Amino acid sequence: MSDAQPAAPAIRLAGLRFGFAVAGRPVEVLGGIDLDVERQSVIALVGPNGCGKSTLLRVIAGLLHPRDGTVEVEGRPVGGPDPRVGLVFQEPRLLPWRTALTNVAFPLELAGQPRTEREARSHALLGLVGLRDWAGARPAELSGGMRQRLAIARALALEPSVLLLDEPFSALDSLTRERFNVELLRLWERIGTTIVLVTHSISEAIFLADRVVVLSPRPAVVAADVPIDLPRPRRMADLDAAVVSRTAAEIRAQLGGATDDAFAVATGDVGRHDEPEDEPE
Amino acid sequence: MTIRRERIVPPLIAFAGFLATWQALVWLGDYPPFILPGPLVVAQRFVEACADGTFWPHLVTTLGEIAVGFTVGAAAAMPTGYVLARSRLANRVMSPYLVAAQAVPILALAPLIALWFGTGLLSRSIIVALVVFFPVAISTMVAVRGVDRRLLEMARSYRVTRRQRIVLVEIPAALPGIVGGLRIGITLAVVGAIVAEWTGGEQGLGVLINLARGSLFDIPLLFATLVLIAIVGIALYGAVLLVERRVVARS
Repeated sequence: MSDAQPAAPAIRLAGLRFGFAVAGRPVEVLGGIDLDVERQSVIALVGPNGCGKSTLLRVIAGLLHPRDGTVEVEGRPVGGPDPRVGLVFQEPRLLPWRTALTNVAFPLELAGQPRTEREARSHALLGLVGLRDWAGARPAELSGGMRQRLAIARALALEPSVLLLDEPFSALDSLTRERFNVELLRLWERIGTTIVLVTHSISEAIFLADRVVVLSPRPAVVAADVPIDLPRPRRMADLDAAVVSRTAAEIRAQLGGATDDAFAVATGDVGRHDEPEDEPE
Repeated sequence: MTIRRERIVPPLIAFAGFLATWQALVWLGDYPPFILPGPLVVAQRFVEACADGTFWPHLVTTLGEIAVGFTVGAAAAMPTGYVLARSRLANRVMSPYLVAAQAVPILALAPLIALWFGTGLLSRSIIVALVVFFPVAISTMVAVRGVDRRLLEMARSYRVTRRQRIVLVEIPAALPGIVGGLRIGITLAVVGAIVAEWTGGEQGLGVLINLARGSLFDIPLLFATLVLIAIVGIALYGAVLLVERRVVARS
């Protein structure tokens, strides 16, 4: 994954502040975030509930305007919704009246791409997320996991250089979730985009990311930036390594034990459901 | 086959029960046909009126008014409902007039409209359009307001234009609700047309009712006309249901 060091990082956040008003009183959500994300890396954002992780993703995606500070993607500022950034929401947010194919084609249609081109591209994207045979299916006919894969395919339609994932698999059961994390890494190895994902799960963060960025309670600042020294490609079995326990302990110390699975990590209950057929080759 | 029989038999039994009650009422009260004709008398008169062509010019006139009035009323109501849903200013300015217009009985308004625009197709279509407008506008407003904001945010993240948002997201998402309003609108359109025809004119099922009650004094014909109006209402409602089923099947 280590090419020649590019000039500008994939994402550069400088002095990012964001706030909104609740019942007329200002609430500061992001309290000055500075962060550089290297190209083609995976960053996991963890932090206590309501600290502004989702807000941060929306600011990076250009859906919310920061009150102060700048967002740059590959050296150029983000001033609004931007095709260089693909955002996957917590829910799939598919258009229920469209098929899988035309849902994936939606961003291309908005961008004015001709039908034959966008359909060819959408078929390829469906193949990329393992839904090649489901092109004609409606979202209601797909499982929750398939819908979220579809949402990822749609987010990749405009070939973004940065993919943002907001707890993308949080609605799935833990077994499916582990499988999807493996699939996500396999996908990332193939397409090489930069990924920033929000998660509540320390084990998930460690398994997926090159760096785990811990945010403080509101107003959020970067409380810790923990590098994950695990080789790639990663396997679920890696999660049993001693380095994982140490890293998890370090992240947990920064968080004050505020996440779902702090207990699971502490008792070594992670990575037990290892499925060999799901390991990246 | 059994499923089909289950679907058809209960309504048939209910209908037979309705006819039997009607006939029993006539027998028990011993009403003369010019007060309450029995179902047999009405059926006979209905067949006669069909055969001798009494109905047709009136039916064609009424259907024409419904077609023009419903189309115009619904076509004006849908964009209005959209604007009401999306513009707080428009909502504040227009809502009182809309509600007031709805609160004034169309029965009181119809003679005025006939006075201004005559008793022809124009004034009758205006009345039908007015009656159709409100339910369609309100159901469109509610349906557009109900469009999932998360879908709109998703579309925004792909730099949706205003036009694309309306055509590709909001209209398809709101369509089931809008068609529900059309369902109410079409039945009211029939009522509106009959009411409009009562204000005068040469032709129309409402005119025929007036004739049967007045100069012709043919009460069985009046009842036969009511039956025809009911059939028109059911048929038009069924047509909207068919459209709705297609729309819902697609969504």
